[in-house]
Amino acid sequence: MNIAVLIKQTPDTAELPKISVEEARSGELRATMVLNPWDEFAVEEAIDLSDRFGCQTTAVSMGRADETDALKHALAMGVENALLVDDEVASGGDEWAAADALAAAVMKVGEERDVELVLAGKMSVDGNSGVIFAGVACKLGWDLLVNVTRIVDIADGKLIAEQAFEGGQETVEVPLPVVISVAKEINEPRYPSFMGIRKASRASIPVLGSADLQVAASCTAQWTDLEKPEVEQVQVRIIEGDSVEEKAARLADALMAEKVI
Amino acid sequence: MASASDLLYTEEHNLVRKMAYDFTRNEVMPIIAEHDRNHSFPHELLPRMAQLGFLGICLPACYGGAGMDFLSLGIVSEALEYGDSSVRETVAVHLALHALPIFQWGTEEQKRSFLPALANGDHIACFGLTEPGAGSDVAALQARAQRQGGEYILSGEKMWITLADVADRFLVFAKTQPDQGARGISAFILERGWKGLTTGTLEGKMGVRASNTGWINMQEVRVPAEYRLGQEGEGFKIAMSCLDNARFGVAAGSVGIIRACIDESVKYALQRESFGKPIAEHQLIQQMIAQMQQDLDIGELLVWKAGTLKNQGVRNTRETSMAKWFCTEAARRAADNAVQIHGAYGYSDEYNVERHLRNTKSAVIYEGTSQIHTLMQAAYTLGMREDRPLRCPMPAYDPDAWQ
Repeated sequence: MNIAVLIKQTPDTAELPKISVEEARSGELRATMVLNPWDEFAVEEAIDLSDRFGCQTTAVSMGRADETDALKHALAMGVENALLVDDEVASGGDEWAAADALAAAVMKVGEERDVELVLAGKMSVDGNSGVIFAGVACKLGWDLLVNVTRIVDIADGKLIAEQAFEGGQETVEVPLPVVISVAKEINEPRYPSFMGIRKASRASIPVLGSADLQVAASCTAQWTDLEKPEVEQVQVRIIEGDSVEEKAARLADALMAEKVI
Repeated sequence: MASASDLLYTEEHNLVRKMAYDFTRNEVMPIIAEHDRNHSFPHELLPRMAQLGFLGICLPACYGGAGMDFLSLGIVSEALEYGDSSVRETVAVHLALHALPIFQWGTEEQKRSFLPALANGDHIACFGLTEPGAGSDVAALQARAQRQGGEYILSGEKMWITLADVADRFLVFAKTQPDQGARGISAFILERGWKGLTTGTLEGKMGVRASNTGWINMQEVRVPAEYRLGQEGEGFKIAMSCLDNARFGVAAGSVGIIRACIDESVKYALQRESFGKPIAEHQLIQQMIAQMQQDLDIGELLVWKAGTLKNQGVRNTRETSMAKWFCTEAARRAADNAVQIHGAYGYSDEYNVERHLRNTKSAVIYEGTSQIHTLMQAAYTLGMREDRPLRCPMPAYDPDAWQ
């Protein structure tokens, strides 16, 4: 049983507000690009499962041919292999097209390394769709678990996991293969090691194109317009009070009045 | 904007940069202001730094190190001091002033005996050169080491020693031939717990308050002869070569301070308004920002130059001194300007810049004052100073052998 972990290269969260509509439209972002923070949890889980169950791990990302920073980061953290899907494969397409290409890439990895588990973060900090992994599960025809907070065990062709939902948590058992999106509670992502950094910096990452994956871009949904939200005017209120308790009580009242809590 | 990191560093270096800055932002910055306020040492960071390999970053893997190069040491120093000088100082003292001298001057037996525990953080180490009456004038030190059979008997006092009260290994300098000035100094490795060795913490520092600074007292401490580093009388040369290592980290760290001051000042200047517009649109604010950027660009290049020479195994005393002198003075200017840009808020510890200003005042004093570096540079340029080959030069970085 081996693992593919889906990752995306996204702008540093702190720099997201600086990105212009033109940059977003063209894809030429003038920002520091990093491994999507939500995907770091998936990468960490893949490495941890590799240690626990002796499986191989492959990070799969879709992007331009030179967009390998996120993959290198995953390698530096400890993922064993990396694969880039040229985003020309899904050019002009939507999330469904991206899922199609990524599912094909997972199958491609599976030809060499019997993949039975796909891990992904819950969403990307730039696109925010949160549906790619579901599309991949659909395209692969595999079961899907979302918001997983712990992978308890993998044995006898089955995986046991804990899932969080609003107001509770459940433990589920699913047959392999399965696609899982992980919640941030699942682990604490490690920093890359120096050994991992050396390996990552020397790695040559294979790029798969349309001919390799045998998929054609679909474009059911297209951008017709793109704009940035208005900058919200924020007003600051200082809560006064004679004691910490009084200030806290007044703050709680104010938050309730505004229906924040 | 093209930076030195884009032009001069490898992909490996840039991955190190990201990792080290992530560590600083996630682990150091959330806690360091409180430690500074309380004058407390952030003990909780040491295991994390050790686990990541910071404490032995540029030691070969065969001695337990991470096997990275000297530029990587500079990058980690820069990133750590982006958060606070105290954390960078820990690496500088432990690694550059203790472990690297053993790597450079030690016997093979000493390297195999001492370095692994230093690289993995099991032992934390410091460097004792300065005395109550001897700072820049190293030859004036008063500590004495007298040979008795297979041991040396050490007595004396060391002052302003970073990590004095935290370390369990001490590299100290004492005179074995008091009548021979600098040529009579020898270097010794001491262990906490040895009879006659005591340490304490100095209070009331202006800056670098989250670092431990203290004193070491030696009352007839018996040191086995195999704990002497280098030959008898070689201590002055060892001490000076140590400074080549440590000054590099100080210079690189100062680049981190300048970067921090720019980041905080730009953010503040774009948000804070006066006279109906962001203060970033006032030309005198822009002048200070431009000065910081100029200093950052120069500082990055000086650090890269010194680090590259170190990687090549080329003697770099002049270049490292220049980098240390320029970068620490530039960091002090940047921090001063950053406080000015922040106005009254900058004068409060609500923002980081006042802490950087206090910290940078120590950086222009330790590891050779700016005045010492001025004299050194003048002497080099006037042909009055020349570096002679060392018996044990620092080895060039060899990725195959070190990893």
